[in-house]
Amino acid sequence: MKNLFKAFFILIFIFSSNPAFAGSDGNIELTKKNKKNQTTEDCFESINRASFAFNQGLDKVIFKPIAKGYRKLPSPVRNGTSNVLDNLSNLITIPNNVLQGDLKEAGTNSARLVINTTLGIFGIFDIADVLGFPEYQKEDYGQTLGSWGLGHGCYLVLPVLGPSTVRDTAGMFVNVMGGDPYYRISVNGNNEYLDGELYAATKMLSGIDFRAKNLESLDNLEENSMDFYASVKSLYLQDRERKIANSKINLEDMDESDWEEIETK
Amino acid sequence: MKNLVSFILTLLIYINITESSLAISPDVFIQSTVNRASQVLSKDITKDEKINQLKIIAKETVDIKGVGFYSLGPIRKTLDKKELNYYSNLFEKYFLKSFSSRLAEYTNPEIEVKTKEILNKNYTIVNSILVSTENRPEIKIDWRVYTKNPDNPLIRDLIIEGLSLARTQKEEFASILNSNDDNIEALFKTLKEFSQN
Repeated sequence: MKNLFKAFFILIFIFSSNPAFAGSDGNIELTKKNKKNQTTEDCFESINRASFAFNQGLDKVIFKPIAKGYRKLPSPVRNGTSNVLDNLSNLITIPNNVLQGDLKEAGTNSARLVINTTLGIFGIFDIADVLGFPEYQKEDYGQTLGSWGLGHGCYLVLPVLGPSTVRDTAGMFVNVMGGDPYYRISVNGNNEYLDGELYAATKMLSGIDFRAKNLESLDNLEENSMDFYASVKSLYLQDRERKIANSKINLEDMDESDWEEIETK
Repeated sequence: MKNLVSFILTLLIYINITESSLAISPDVFIQSTVNRASQVLSKDITKDEKINQLKIIAKETVDIKGVGFYSLGPIRKTLDKKELNYYSNLFEKYFLKSFSSRLAEYTNPEIEVKTKEILNKNYTIVNSILVSTENRPEIKIDWRVYTKNPDNPLIRDLIIEGLSLARTQKEEFASILNSNDDNIEALFKTLKEFSQN
């Protein structure tokens, strides 16, 4: 197990770094890097596109109809479900706040977890929000690796799970290797209330909740995209960059050099 | 001499007042643009009529040519004038269709302009929110407004929940070009097909 763990991390570092070879032409490397994010990052594009098509099929047959049904539930039920899922995600967010050195945020989120789990009845009600806590920002191990300076590596589309990168996939593995207390308690814990099936159901519900919140926007994006795969990839990577920078606006978009030379009026 | 000084001063004050009265504040510009769009969307008219009216608003308020050149990326510098003109025409048709179809799906969206952040003399980011409904949460929308000509500000990007639509479009175009060995004709063909469908 220890060896598997080591091999896994060596692979991550190989895929998520851009090694400079002694024999390479520095100018060519620079040009390639400056050319476009996606040309250098989509190392497995044909496999990714196949996986993307598979996920789209799955979405049409399973997730979208379920999400539409979920939408028909009364809004207090949907809000309550969403709140419970957010509250559970604190179990991953808090250790990541600590790993990123953000102890103040870790304290705030711990207090949020305690208040919402107790006064908010297992997180159904977001009492912390009512009490004026700052807006909740989810953190995960992929973001922590990013904040430590690890590049996102190749872009991946995982079957069922959707867009990711080598770094973010590694982050997901950390969850099942002990980084997610909810996983540990439900799958490995010895108790009569939680089990692996409940954990899987929670994750599935989380996906359906996300899909239900984005029914129109994703349909709209698909309908108006010339290359839907590229649009989803761009949005995913932008979202991850923004989350790692803990910024409300993607910093790269604020780079004026792309726009400055365009003067049309 | 005294008269000349007072004349120049009066002239300077007049110019200053005139300039500031003509300039439109970017946040006021965005609020008035979304109000116009909102009025169209809440009208009891057909979807096609709504799309046509939204196209008129987009033509007046969005720097379509600038967005088009930005979306084209580095390949822009390799195109000749004729190709650029052809591209600009295709892009405008594509943009207006895509933009208006996206908006036409919403019925009476309520957008509240909150704050603005002046980046430099050419750009201001206007922060706004799309008010939540029963089916979707509140959405933050930031508008990148090109203010080089303060009398005629123009929208160059929409940043929805931190995600730039212009960058998404640029990367989509790059993907099409990459899949076709950077052949601009392939992009022209795709744009044409999209606009005609």
